[in-house]
Amino acid sequence: MIRDITIGQYFPGNSVIHRLDPRVKIIATLLFIIELFIVDNFLGFAVAGVCLGIVIAVSGVPLGYIVRGLKPIIIILLFTFTLNMFMIDGHILWQWGFLKITTEGLRTAVFMAIRLILLIIGSSMLTLCTRPLSLTDGIERLLSPFKIIGVPAHEIAMMMTIALRFIPTLLEETDKIMKAQQARGADFETGSLIHRAKSLIPILVPLFVSAFRIAQDLAMAMEARCYRGGEQRTRMHEMKLKGRDYVAFLLLALFLAVIIIESILF
Amino acid sequence: MSIRVENLVHIYDKGMPTEQLALDNISFTADDGQMIGIIGHTGSGKSTLLQHLNGLLKPESGRIIIGDTDITQPGVSMVQIRKKIGLVFQYPEYQLFEETAAKDVAFGPKNLGLSEEEINERVREAIELVGLDYEEIKDRSPFELSGGQKRRVAIAGVVAMRPEVLILDEPTAGLDPKAHRDVLTMVEEVHRRTGNITILVSHNMADIARLCDKVVVIDSGKLVTAGTPYEVFSKKEELRNVGLELPPVTQFTETLREKGIDIEDTILDTDKAAQQIAAYLQRKAK
Repeated sequence: MIRDITIGQYFPGNSVIHRLDPRVKIIATLLFIIELFIVDNFLGFAVAGVCLGIVIAVSGVPLGYIVRGLKPIIIILLFTFTLNMFMIDGHILWQWGFLKITTEGLRTAVFMAIRLILLIIGSSMLTLCTRPLSLTDGIERLLSPFKIIGVPAHEIAMMMTIALRFIPTLLEETDKIMKAQQARGADFETGSLIHRAKSLIPILVPLFVSAFRIAQDLAMAMEARCYRGGEQRTRMHEMKLKGRDYVAFLLLALFLAVIIIESILF
Repeated sequence: MSIRVENLVHIYDKGMPTEQLALDNISFTADDGQMIGIIGHTGSGKSTLLQHLNGLLKPESGRIIIGDTDITQPGVSMVQIRKKIGLVFQYPEYQLFEETAAKDVAFGPKNLGLSEEEINERVREAIELVGLDYEEIKDRSPFELSGGQKRRVAIAGVVAMRPEVLILDEPTAGLDPKAHRDVLTMVEEVHRRTGNITILVSHNMADIARLCDKVVVIDSGKLVTAGTPYEVFSKKEELRNVGLELPPVTQFTETLREKGIDIEDTILDTDKAAQQIAAYLQRKAK
């Protein structure tokens, strides 16, 4: 179950999407997210959905794998869906006591659900198709103009690299600890909510101990190799925009234009 | 009490691009009072096999019969299985979490739903069985103990559940030579005192040759061979092919034999090697 979490994971591949410059992909993702919030009708979502579908198809990441990544947010989805459905006033479709469903409520609920799903899939495409290292390199480069006003671009990128790098390690660690405690008869699946929350302690305490141990080892290893931040660091792979990156920019501009025209017209 | 593993198959990530055959038709048996050694290269499927034995993983096909229960059948209660089979993972000290060592050891028995007195008695017994001083250690935080002590407390946590089968996955990994010896002596002692089946996974061939009644060799999820230490370690070619070594003393006596020194083959303990060499020297002096 713990291995099902795919958000933030990298899916190895060699598609055009994988090979795009990380900066292009980050900007594209940001624009995609902004567009999702500009859009105020279903047609706009359809356009965004089709574009996302094309990106997924080109990237070669299996759809099932992406959909599995939605599992952890099902609860959030259901929560916003129900909340929207019951809380918004308007033309009443169905009523039972103080509970009522309105056309407007239903519309908003579906609308928000689609927006959330597109948001999650869209942003997970970024991490699925970009190696964590090039992703943080991209962020560092995009943030570097802000160094003038004191944004620690390199440090932020380093922290993200480390965080991303250790997601699978910590998941593995969690899996191991869970199994060890299960072997000692721990039960995580049944019982009341309080009981289940309590049963997390035997996992969380060792997990934190491990996390601190790993952090300490890593700090030691970095110091041993004389790491001292971003000043004057050079890199092995300089990032350069290539032909396909400019094509991607063009397509992105086209997509943006379509969305803007669509939301003005309808 | 006996264990019968029959044609066990396990596949990781079935239906995914990362699909992997982890166990391929593994069969072996273990009888009451035996110490079983499982050896194999890293990634050979040893840990996967162990996790099947106490129901943490379910096989694709095949059966595991413990006593008279087939634990691969649906509807077999996991609590019942874990009462019978105690599994000590690699680096078990990383699972410690309670405020005091005694409380940590009590975690398992508590999950079995035993009475307060029973729990206390078992905790005391288990801590003493692993060679620690109960009074001295019971109120200390498990995190401030030494590496060897932590490991013993963690093993005590499983021993306190009084399993009929105790499985230890590399119980001496990462310990210094003294702690290594101490933990092994302790395992031997627990095995002798309880008289149950003990399954030991180790990379240390000398330990396996010395302690085990039966050795199971696994490579890439397949059973290579199984038998007494003598039977297994005399199949030198097969072991070399799967990247396993002979115990140091056997390596030594085999080298001597290659040099034409006439002693018995596959000697597994140092005393016997010394006797054989002494006898050879005497013969030669005459």
